[in-house]
Amino acid sequence: MTDILITGVGGQGIVLASKLIARAAIDAGQHVRTSETIGMSQRGGCVVSHVRVGGVQSPMIPLGNADVIIGFEPAEAVRCLSYLKEGGAVIVAKKGVIPVTSSLGGGKYDPDEMIEYLKKNVDRLIVVDGDAICEQCGSAKVLNVALLGAAAAAGLPGISPDALEQAVASMVPAKFLEINKMAFALGMNTCK
Amino acid sequence: MAAELLMGNNAIALGAIRAGVKFVSGYPGTPSTEILETVAKRNPGDIHVEWSVNEKAALEAAAGAAYAGARALVTMKQVGMNVASDPLMSLAYVGVKGGLVIACADDPGPISSQTEQDTRTFAAFSKVPVFDPSSPEEAYEMIGDAFELSEKYGCPVFIRPTTRVCHGCASIDVSDEIKDCKPEGFIKDTKRWVIFPNASYNNHIKLEKRRETLGEELSDYKYNFITGDGKMGIAAGGISWANAMEAVTAADIDCKMLKISTPYPFPERLAVRFLEGLDKVLVLEELDPVIEKELVFLCGKYGLSTKIFGKLTGDTPCAGELTVEAAKASIAKFTGVDIPVAAAKTDMPKIPMRPPVLCAGCPHRASFYAVKQAMKGKKAVFSGDIGCYTLGNAMPLDMVDTCLCMGADITIAQGIHWIEPDTVNFAFIGDSTFFASGMTGVLNAVYNKCKIVIIVLDNSTTAMTGHQPHPGTGVTMMGENGTPADIPAVLRALGVGFVETVDPLDLKAAVDTVKRAADFGEIAAVVFKSPCIAVTKTDASLKVDSDKCVGCSRCVNEIGCPALTIKDKKAVIEPSLCTGCTLCSQLCPCNAIGRC
Repeated sequence: MTDILITGVGGQGIVLASKLIARAAIDAGQHVRTSETIGMSQRGGCVVSHVRVGGVQSPMIPLGNADVIIGFEPAEAVRCLSYLKEGGAVIVAKKGVIPVTSSLGGGKYDPDEMIEYLKKNVDRLIVVDGDAICEQCGSAKVLNVALLGAAAAAGLPGISPDALEQAVASMVPAKFLEINKMAFALGMNTCK
Repeated sequence: MAAELLMGNNAIALGAIRAGVKFVSGYPGTPSTEILETVAKRNPGDIHVEWSVNEKAALEAAAGAAYAGARALVTMKQVGMNVASDPLMSLAYVGVKGGLVIACADDPGPISSQTEQDTRTFAAFSKVPVFDPSSPEEAYEMIGDAFELSEKYGCPVFIRPTTRVCHGCASIDVSDEIKDCKPEGFIKDTKRWVIFPNASYNNHIKLEKRRETLGEELSDYKYNFITGDGKMGIAAGGISWANAMEAVTAADIDCKMLKISTPYPFPERLAVRFLEGLDKVLVLEELDPVIEKELVFLCGKYGLSTKIFGKLTGDTPCAGELTVEAAKASIAKFTGVDIPVAAAKTDMPKIPMRPPVLCAGCPHRASFYAVKQAMKGKKAVFSGDIGCYTLGNAMPLDMVDTCLCMGADITIAQGIHWIEPDTVNFAFIGDSTFFASGMTGVLNAVYNKCKIVIIVLDNSTTAMTGHQPHPGTGVTMMGENGTPADIPAVLRALGVGFVETVDPLDLKAAVDTVKRAADFGEIAAVVFKSPCIAVTKTDASLKVDSDKCVGCSRCVNEIGCPALTIKDKKAVIEPSLCTGCTLCSQLCPCNAIGRC
């Protein structure tokens, strides 16, 4: 049984990331449950996807149960850290997304402070410079696949990097496949 | 048969197609929207699929299809049921010929809704049977069972998934087979299809008898069942069943369990068999205490001494979702077994709030800003409505003073006007909402000579629920491109004397138009027409000339665009978010923002 929590901000491609992991697991013959955030939060709010591989009842990961957290944004990774099990891994994008509330003076947000907290509290932390990968690929929309590449290289329990790459190939529209393959490879490299 | 990763909503759609559905109607609403979209996408070719203008129209049209003998499906969210309740209450009495299933999605939390109302309660109120799936797999099977039951008893039937079932995915083996259901056609029979008081008296008696018959029949339904043994029991339904099972399994607790998948009519014989011999029962359910009240009632009816714990006794949360953690806490208290729950971390740095906001480049931001500028220093109330534009309430726009339900902006503004005539009363309504329930309110204002200013935010789509077409687009779910309904023409036809269309991204023209509308002296309407950034090709992002920028922060503080931040005392535009709408450049006092 493997629980993977994906968290970030609406519009970052989180729902597709969870579908890719689920596809890879199903292709490997496993039963999967997921739970997505769809609705108002997709407008720049907090978005969390739960992916549960193996025989479980609830679509939601209980607190302290996630094997892996993939954070598309440092503060959102910290917000969801209570879901991580002891010894679990966190893959997190370095760049913060500054909320409007913060720009308007509702509390300063320093993404580096979040990364520091993660470093102190996570046994296995992988910080990915997703921005650099997106720049190399020429699209801000490949952050999700870049992070999946990093997660695949770091080892998602029960899911092989090949299966994940296969899922990307079968689910990403042909038009964007090349840059996504590139992002996946660059993501994997960050973990090597 | 192939395993597909299906969202609960996809599963309901594919289950309905398998059951031979021939007519599907609905109105978009989270978390129900993908049901109808999936039917349209996977339409074998002989299903009529439509987004109706609202839920009432959807249910009535589906009733007609079912009168003609077709299997019909109607989809909506829980608050949509309020709109459809008029036909529903009567349809329960009149009945149907072809199976009619209403897929009405509830939203515990609530996550994307105005209320935490419970369709199971609506089912009991309207005397319409209801199925309550606890997983996408069950939803796939139950929708077929719902059609069978509907046809067998000639009554409409509910299936009510909740958000975690609707938007939860599971790998499901999907059958390619489709049940062969050929509609007989409409057979004239006024005694049957025309509702009259004396017939309703007799039908009421039939409805009560049917409740008893069904309660008995559903006691043997495969998704209503008892497991385990002992002196303590747990009863649950819907997603709470899944969460209860997760908690019970994790804690390794052995007790008698009752799963209720048809909360109305309640499977009485099965429930009594569950209660017998039990000292106490914990009921785990979200929203209303439906199962709990039924069990309390049965204990009274059969003189059982079993104690029932749940929402009514304060042993489970009375509002919000029943998470696995909440289930564990309630079960631990109930059983006295210590169930470890991972504690939420408390030593975290301060995490910024991240409420949903209008997207960067959203034309609604410009519309709200224009009205705000036009009304500077004037006494005005801004009534808002349901849609993305409800987010206009956030700072710094702060332009939504009221929001109640679909269409209410136009009518609430009228009530405030009559009590406070010296205030300019604005009513903001989106294009889809205007068609759904705004038009009657406009006529009400015209008829009663009420001076309000209507602002139609026409972004050419139903944006909040994921960009569905509507009458103003002319596009249908059958893939046709018809003539778009003309909002200004509708407003004029209803008798509005001042109707002007303007692009909200042209700030000066927009402010000027609003001022003239407010000064018109009678009901006036401004249609702000600019497409949603998600359905149109956006422009290249803008850039701040840091030599010109004096760091006044006016752009950030006035419009709250997520693409704008201040870094090292200069405005910065995030290029991946900016759509080049130019609103910020139009209000920059230093002319520092322009094309790259």
